[in-house]
Amino acid sequence: MSEATKNRGLLAWIDARFPFSKLWIEHAAGYYAPKNFNFWYYFGSLAIFVLVLQLVTGIWLTMYYKPDAELAFASIQYIMRDVHWGWLIRYLHSTGASAFFIVIYLHMFRGLLYGSYRKPRELIWLIGMVIYAVLMAEAFFGYLLPWGQMSYWGAQVITSLFGAVPWVGDTLMIWIRGDYTISDVTLNRFFALHVAAMPLLLIALVVLHITALHEVGSNNPDGIEIKRHKNANGIPLDGVPFHPYYTIKDTVGLTVFLMVFAFVVFYAPGMLGLFLEPENFEPANPLSTPEHIAPVWYFTPFYSILRCIPDKLWGVVALASSIFVLFLLPWLDRGKVRSVRYRGLGFKIALALFVIALLVLGHLGGNPPSPGRNLVARICAVIYFGYFVFLWVYTFFGLEKTKPEPDRVTDGSAKWMQKLMRRLMQKWKQWRRLEETQREPM
Amino acid sequence: MRKLACLLAMVLLPGLAGAADVTLGLMDAEVDLGDKASLQRGAKYFVNYCWGCHSLKYLRYQRLSRDLDIPDELVEKYLIWDGSKISAPMTNAMRAKQAKDWFGTAAPDLTLVTRRHDGGLNLSRGADWVYTFLNSFYRDDESPTGVNNLLLPNAAMPHVLWRLQGTAEPIYKPADPHTPGSSQREVVGIRLVEGVGALSEAEYHRMTRDIVNFLVYASEPFKSTRKALGVPVLFFLIVFLAIIYLLKREYWKDVH
Repeated sequence: MSEATKNRGLLAWIDARFPFSKLWIEHAAGYYAPKNFNFWYYFGSLAIFVLVLQLVTGIWLTMYYKPDAELAFASIQYIMRDVHWGWLIRYLHSTGASAFFIVIYLHMFRGLLYGSYRKPRELIWLIGMVIYAVLMAEAFFGYLLPWGQMSYWGAQVITSLFGAVPWVGDTLMIWIRGDYTISDVTLNRFFALHVAAMPLLLIALVVLHITALHEVGSNNPDGIEIKRHKNANGIPLDGVPFHPYYTIKDTVGLTVFLMVFAFVVFYAPGMLGLFLEPENFEPANPLSTPEHIAPVWYFTPFYSILRCIPDKLWGVVALASSIFVLFLLPWLDRGKVRSVRYRGLGFKIALALFVIALLVLGHLGGNPPSPGRNLVARICAVIYFGYFVFLWVYTFFGLEKTKPEPDRVTDGSAKWMQKLMRRLMQKWKQWRRLEETQREPM
Repeated sequence: MRKLACLLAMVLLPGLAGAADVTLGLMDAEVDLGDKASLQRGAKYFVNYCWGCHSLKYLRYQRLSRDLDIPDELVEKYLIWDGSKISAPMTNAMRAKQAKDWFGTAAPDLTLVTRRHDGGLNLSRGADWVYTFLNSFYRDDESPTGVNNLLLPNAAMPHVLWRLQGTAEPIYKPADPHTPGSSQREVVGIRLVEGVGALSEAEYHRMTRDIVNFLVYASEPFKSTRKALGVPVLFFLIVFLAIIYLLKREYWKDVH
């Protein structure tokens, strides 16, 4: 019996008992994705890769880590120094945490850029936002585990925010900490949440996210539906099967990502103090508060919004709203077209300002406050929330002047870049010829 | 009068003392983990001058002996003083309680001290910080230890290396130049008189550099392994990228 028929036999045996081929066809070989995905479309598959990386490295770290206030800090050094390849596993995990947020932020920005949250993809966006919220919780719980000074005091500050809730605040705060301050009890429960509860939730939510996506189909940089033009077999004319087209293309993206990632892991694992904060190389000391407490870079924009409001309760409300307002995006944006390519100038300017405000807020949140910085942070916070207000007014009252959408997908920016490259190549060849002809008489 | 030992940015305004750390100019420790001789000398100096108070509890003798090419017998003879096994970590005898009684604070473990002060665009900031600290002691008769430190004002640590460096004299400037009668003054720099210490200035610089170099090694003994491993990994990825890119082009050939 040849190898192929044996496989077919096995596959048939499985298919009779489990929809293996059916799932494979529905989600890979027979899932038609638009053929015009660009740079921004790499980050979905990259997010899945980073999730798997964090799960695998996390499992190995769990084998050696000790969730005990007396032992935690030393157990990290034990992993770094005495466990074979422990330093690599740990740097992969710590760099992976930051990489996860970089990838997710770019993935979310893609949604804003091409209107991927719009009807009929509202649920994909909502599930994605829940994933983002769970990811923030996962990162927050994980950050306490090294039990350094910043781990301890960061957790102290963030849990104290729950104390701002009227009436039940103090009780709630103590319930979360399991103690009056962050302590061994808190470390143990954060460990449980970090290694079991949150990862399980994340995996389940990612499955929902992809199921919803494959139900309605992927958006694309033109923001038009490829399902409007199908051939006789019901296959979208502008679609290509996810496997092998996007599996191979995403592998190219993954390799480029891995090059950047490996560079950081091997040559700058602390990333100038952004990925591993210097204060965290000092063990947690409940009796000595650091001069300046700041969360890791991926939380700093929201921390900035919290801090620029003088009242604690209203600061917490602003912080919660800054995340919550993102959930409402599908219903705030009522524009006629999805993609930034065909949207009005107002939208483009607003989105640019939104990104700049977010970056400035992120920068300020990592630095100690001052009156000048607080003023800038307040202006940026207004721009941040202003984006959502503007978007609703702009689209609800029909103020947006859109460009006509194409009927079929276009090559967009990639074609423009290819043309530019070809022009440059021609210029270079001309210049070379010129050089050679000039040299000849000598 | 000889040249200045170090003239640091004048940021020691009373209210900003805490933030001084950030803005002070740091001396360049010229860290070089490839300089084995420097690392070996640094280990020797550390054990002789620092270890009485500061432990290196995340570093094992054996690791040090292997990484710095010091034979086990020499480590046992010269570096291990309390009969510890060679596989033991470099803890020391001073208890935290004693340190608190004597200095007002426990002497911190120094295994990670250079990484504690790292961060920012200066990639050797932590090392430069410790180097500058060791070169910033000056005479201060009001301090219980008789010295103060320009980089870390009111540091609890005495100038352990005073016999080698000598004690530098502070350079004062009136804190408030607009009030003629004011006697308040601030330290803007320190000046070292040649010959007050057993070592020359250059010798002291070399010695403190060796200590710092060793501490950088101790903070991440696998650093050289890490950097070396990055080369084949990145090389593999570059080759893999070329292959996978050509494969992608082949697959996408028929998509227009």
